[in-house]
Amino acid sequence: MLGIENLPKLAGPFLKTERKGPAAMIQQFEQDHGGGMAKDLAKNRRVVMPSWTEHEEIKELQKSYSRNKVRTTKYTFLSFIPKNLFEQLHRFANLYFIFLAALNFVPIVNAFQPEISIIPIVFVMSITAVKDLWEDQRRRKSDQKVNNRLCDVYDRKQKRYVERRWAEVCVGDLVRLCCNEIIPADMVLLHSSDPNGVCHIETANLDGETNLKQRQVVRDLPQGSEFVPENYSSHIECENPNNDLRRFRGFMEHPGKVRVGLHSENLLLRSCTVRNTETVIGIVVYAGHETKAMQNNSGPRYKRSKLERRLNMDVLWCVILLLLMCLIAAVGHGFWLSGLQNPIYMIPDDTHPALAAFYMFWTMIIVLQVLIPISLYVSIEIVKLGQIYFIQNDLDLYNPVLDTGVQCRALNITEDLGQIQFLFSDKTGTLTENRMLFRRCTVAGTEYPHHENGPFTSKHTPLILWECAVVPDPQLQAKLNTLSSAMRSPPRQQAAEISHILDFFLALTVCNTVVVSSPTQPRHVSPTTPSGTPSYTPSTPVTPALSSGAWSEDVDDIQKAKVNSADESESDDEDEAEELLYEAESPDEAALVQAAKAYGCTLLGRSPEQVLVVVPGTGPLSIPLLHVLPFHSARKRMSVVVRHPLTGEVVVYTKGADNVIMELAEADGNLGRRIVMERTQRNLDQYAREGLRTLCVAKKVLEEQEYEAWLKRHEYAETSIENREELLLESAERLETNLTLLGATGIVDRLQEEVPETIEALQEAGIKVWVLTGDKQETAINIAFACKLLRPTDHILMANCDSKETCEARLHELQHEIRQVTKEGVSEDDSSDCVLVIDGRTLDYTLQKELQGSFLELTCCCRSVICCRSTPLQKSQVVRLVRDKLKVMTLAIGDGANDVSMIQMADVGIGISGQEGMQAVMSSDFAISRFKFLRKLILVHGHWCYTRLANMILYFFYKNVMYVNLLFWYQFFCGFSGSTMTNSWVLIFFNLLFTSVPPIIYGVLDKDVSGETLLDLPDLYKSGQNSQAYLPSTFWMNILDAFYQSLVCFFIPYFAYTGSDIGVFSFGSPINGSALLIILLHQLIESRTVTWIHTAILLFSALFYYAFVLLFSLTCVTCNSPTNPLGIETKMMSDPLYYLVCGLTTVLALLPRYYTLEQSQKMERLSAQDYSMSLRQWKENKAAQRLSSRHVPQNLSVNADMPHLTDCIAEAGAVLS
Amino acid sequence: MMASSYNAKDEDGHHPGSVGSGGPGAVKSKKPDNTAFKQQRLPAWQPILTAGTVLPAFFMIGLIFIPIGIGLLVTSNNIKEFEVRAVAIATSYCVIRALCSYTAPRTKDFSNVFMYYGLSNFYQNHRRYVKSRDDSQLNGDKSSLLNPSKECEPYRTSDKKSIAPCGAIANSLFNDTLELFYIHPNGSRIAIHLVKTGIAWWTDKHVKFRNPGENNNNLSIVFQDTSKPVNWRKPVYELDPSDPDNNGFINEDFIVWMRTAALPTFRKLYRIIQKKKDNMTPTLPPGNYSLEVIYNYPVRSFDGRKRMILSTISWMGGKNPFLGIAYITVGSVCFFLGVVLLIIHHKYGNRNNNADIPN
Repeated sequence: MLGIENLPKLAGPFLKTERKGPAAMIQQFEQDHGGGMAKDLAKNRRVVMPSWTEHEEIKELQKSYSRNKVRTTKYTFLSFIPKNLFEQLHRFANLYFIFLAALNFVPIVNAFQPEISIIPIVFVMSITAVKDLWEDQRRRKSDQKVNNRLCDVYDRKQKRYVERRWAEVCVGDLVRLCCNEIIPADMVLLHSSDPNGVCHIETANLDGETNLKQRQVVRDLPQGSEFVPENYSSHIECENPNNDLRRFRGFMEHPGKVRVGLHSENLLLRSCTVRNTETVIGIVVYAGHETKAMQNNSGPRYKRSKLERRLNMDVLWCVILLLLMCLIAAVGHGFWLSGLQNPIYMIPDDTHPALAAFYMFWTMIIVLQVLIPISLYVSIEIVKLGQIYFIQNDLDLYNPVLDTGVQCRALNITEDLGQIQFLFSDKTGTLTENRMLFRRCTVAGTEYPHHENGPFTSKHTPLILWECAVVPDPQLQAKLNTLSSAMRSPPRQQAAEISHILDFFLALTVCNTVVVSSPTQPRHVSPTTPSGTPSYTPSTPVTPALSSGAWSEDVDDIQKAKVNSADESESDDEDEAEELLYEAESPDEAALVQAAKAYGCTLLGRSPEQVLVVVPGTGPLSIPLLHVLPFHSARKRMSVVVRHPLTGEVVVYTKGADNVIMELAEADGNLGRRIVMERTQRNLDQYAREGLRTLCVAKKVLEEQEYEAWLKRHEYAETSIENREELLLESAERLETNLTLLGATGIVDRLQEEVPETIEALQEAGIKVWVLTGDKQETAINIAFACKLLRPTDHILMANCDSKETCEARLHELQHEIRQVTKEGVSEDDSSDCVLVIDGRTLDYTLQKELQGSFLELTCCCRSVICCRSTPLQKSQVVRLVRDKLKVMTLAIGDGANDVSMIQMADVGIGISGQEGMQAVMSSDFAISRFKFLRKLILVHGHWCYTRLANMILYFFYKNVMYVNLLFWYQFFCGFSGSTMTNSWVLIFFNLLFTSVPPIIYGVLDKDVSGETLLDLPDLYKSGQNSQAYLPSTFWMNILDAFYQSLVCFFIPYFAYTGSDIGVFSFGSPINGSALLIILLHQLIESRTVTWIHTAILLFSALFYYAFVLLFSLTCVTCNSPTNPLGIETKMMSDPLYYLVCGLTTVLALLPRYYTLEQSQKMERLSAQDYSMSLRQWKENKAAQRLSSRHVPQNLSVNADMPHLTDCIAEAGAVLS
Repeated sequence: MMASSYNAKDEDGHHPGSVGSGGPGAVKSKKPDNTAFKQQRLPAWQPILTAGTVLPAFFMIGLIFIPIGIGLLVTSNNIKEFEVRAVAIATSYCVIRALCSYTAPRTKDFSNVFMYYGLSNFYQNHRRYVKSRDDSQLNGDKSSLLNPSKECEPYRTSDKKSIAPCGAIANSLFNDTLELFYIHPNGSRIAIHLVKTGIAWWTDKHVKFRNPGENNNNLSIVFQDTSKPVNWRKPVYELDPSDPDNNGFINEDFIVWMRTAALPTFRKLYRIIQKKKDNMTPTLPPGNYSLEVIYNYPVRSFDGRKRMILSTISWMGGKNPFLGIAYITVGSVCFFLGVVLLIIHHKYGNRNNNADIPN
């Protein structure tokens, strides 16, 4: 345009320079271009040319880029065994196993035959390997499917497009895609069948967002009807592959050394779908694993649960116990040896007793190895899979509307759900629907309340199209109608107002990123250019009302002349407009466009260069779109720069957060404007108090020179590669000044169903619920009231400070206040009635090191905390602060990209698959579709998972200690020689096979309390918070019980057989038999529910054991030298003494647990009944209290005079009922 | 079970192509099946222990255990057992006067009497001792005969010949000879017939232990390339030259010894004194007996003691009052606990019931 074509050329090479003066840039540019191009550049960016390029260097380079074949499998056919082994050996438990197995190969310490000692490790590792292999196989299959898809690639030899497999596509290939085809690799868009050079893609596969996104052909490329690949010879330079989906920087250099900047709008991402466009042609720049989609693939998340940390602690205790027992055996062996003088049964050996004791230590470690519950880790994994299976299959968590249940994305923290103490929730989309409804607006200082709108219209039909519910405000409608009506000369004052109103709606219609599509049209037909569209005619102003705000009589005639035709076209549009479908990235935008449409300002279509709208009083207008400055969280606003269709002026429409716009809007000393601003501000405050989301709309008319000056720098910013974001931001900020305030809108966001009940239940369960929102304080408080986070009687503590000092003072003040409040209210309730409301800026101060302590102290006294105006970073900081400093279990729940950091920070992250895309879900551990599902997920499944797993782990410890101790006691009777009274096969299999399945079933299926009771009595959840199922004391009680049982299990047979002619392995037979019975019956006593599955598995375990030993003792003549069990079990089991011993042992061993359990269960039952009764009474009281207080909303401290608050509560109540 | 849990894993974007296919338009609904299993509604028995279930259990245990205990005790007391502690002197004679106290014959006395030798402080269960044998060799395997397992070290070879039977267990075979004489009032000593077969387990004698060389009855040829265990005085094929079915590896004294004892104080069956055929005279009539011991086996080195035990056996084995007493004790404890619980429930139970009603 104005010779700025050079700028992108300059910007390209400066990859590392930041904010240098143009002079310096030019200098460096010239230096850079001295050397050989391709090689230098290859280091930090890639060069892409068509694959048939003759440039050898680049050709070589291009070959080095990743191909499009993807392999997400971890292993190949050959690498599976070594790689899987290597990975498994990284686990500590496996290393321990290997160490033991290796130890057994040392002849001097070996306890079993070496081949037996490797069974456990082989068993555990092969189970894991099979699991890995199976997982990998699934990946391989889907890889193959993906790699074998076909697409059209241009073949130069045949001079046509040929079908090729995806796997064969490589960088530099020209690929042609048709509508609804999936994009095989990241490509720069070179051609589109659309005359405007755009194409639409759906990124659902990538981020779950179903709205269409527009992509643009690289500027300056010939946009003929035919794209001739032969003629394309430009080369592309772009950055190296990265995982930022929303960023792509580079430039395309045409043969004539002209450079054009490339951005993410030019990039078609792999795995997206082409929509609405017949054919597109692109050149592959990233292929295979280098595509952005693949770079964003991270494997499943691995978090370590709290229970697992506790478990590792106890495994360490087991190690200590093991070492202690081995030490005792070693010392005992030493002493035993030193008292002997070569008896006949000793194998002659010159080993010194001390040395022998040392060897014995290691032997004992092998013998007692089972004490460390190795199979526990595998079992836990299996149990968690089972738990997840049941969570995912819960009908109560299934949402029929979206056809989604729960997604468990993290596979190993199910039990953490049962221990949550703090819950951090986002507001929009999490507590609320995130379905926006235009509720009220204020234009030019006049408020239009839209009485007929609001929640009432949709309360009974919550799922029917919300957007259609906008009923125009009669007053505003009337004013607009004056425009199209033939009324001759409205008063000047009113004319100004009407032009304001028109501008307001025009801004709403234009200033957004809404994509229009029509459900009736086939999707691939571009809806942006309906036939009969008047072309862009800037020179002929049609509607003067739109021009500058002055209603001039001169043009009135023209206006009048136009009216008739406009009416016609409008009525045509009515039919068409009904079918328009707005797809917006944020629901607010869609709501605003819908609202504008209700007033006749209809958005018909959008292309990168123009917007097609219908304005009251005119036919469809095409408004040239000069720039879109998209929404940015730092700016909190978006702008569009358009050339006004009627006046030809360059106009900037800005829409954004009220505080930002109000700051940028200037009164300019104009009294009228100031009054408008003041009134608008007042209205805004009111909206916020009503819980509406507010947005301000402003405009600015640019002088032509002003615009060009800005344009020059903006284009430079657009084409720079390195710090383009900052430059663009700066450029946008330069433009968005001196705005004229047009008006503001209030959008309502309805609460999701059952939110108040859920929050109430969670609070009753002892979970502290915090709300972290980016919304305004008033909005947040209102929503908090509506969802019963705040009760009318609550004491609200506000903390809004401007400096650290005042913040510190305020915190102390509040603490003092709390003390007073609690002093007064001690009699009422033990839970505090204080709620802290804190804003983003104050939060920043409190998050600093010095104030953290007092902030946390303060929050501990509060029942809940509401943080408003908080940024994503602050959200995660708050979560981290609470998690790390208070050492509590945290859960974060959110639905949008702004909650991602918080979700990742918390111990458990829950994503809500809602309106705002899938980022939150992608980073979450569990994904649900409604907030209300949290109740069952946490209170029931969380509780179950926790108690199940905790009990299973305790049982595992018990089982192993109990069994191993039998071997330990025997050492006292065999000279501490490491001898065992059990056949080594049975010894190894006992824990690995015979007794390992019941605990798994127990861990998956046991229910200590029924789901209904858990939902009725959220207080039961507190047991999980306090880790009551798995306290150190319970662990030690279990160990003690195991010791007792093993003592019984060993010494009753001992005394029964002592002095007789019993052999070593015959002696072990009744001991093993009764140990099995004890262990299985112990399980039965411990489990609270016994279904046929439990029974079957228990029976199966017992039968398996007996079948195994009997078969073994019948067939094994010399198979297990030198401890062949031939005839042992059959002989023992034909002896009645065997059964007498087993019976006595089992009864005596289980007696204490049976007795104490009976006692404690009786207590529990008793207390549970009393508990539930008193709780129900208490609940009723509480409800009555609240009911009475709801009738007197005058008590409300914030907005006692707001009539709409009662609406809000009534609405909540309606949802409740 | 695993399949569906991995579905979730797939959806984090492993396969961009396959992700998102389950949207609202997908043919297959993701709605979970409403089955009792998947919804965790399986009919379950809740083993909640209440007074109603626990009290009967305690009483039942008491009622069953006490009679069993009494039965066991009576049985055990009926078993006649007699023990001679060999004083550790190198004597070959000892006259057992104690058998004189053998009183009024009862039915039991007409049954077989088992003769045991007992050793104390002998750790046959020592880990390395237990392993020091070669079962294949004992099972008649030719190659193992000439090349015994390494487990037998250092009793594997001697004089460059393999030892048969190898290992420490065989090497330490108990080799005292015990003979029992009835001293007739007239002073003559009548040798009591001691049966030396039938003392080993049937499976051991017929399956596990076999002489090498199939049906070659000339064991000295079969064992010609082997050497006797160091401590033995005669080779294995001369253990019982009189009875080919009790010679070599299938010598029952040897087999019994090879079944290592579980505890350091043990007894092993030595001989059986068979009951009289007429069923009129007791197996061992009252009177004086003399035990003649050919004393070979050294026990002093490990501070051990030898014993000879004569015992009848019952269905529950040898004499052992422990089990009976234990049963009676446990039964009584259960009974007592039951009574305690009954009292507790009687005192406090009513209040519970009252609390139940409002619910």
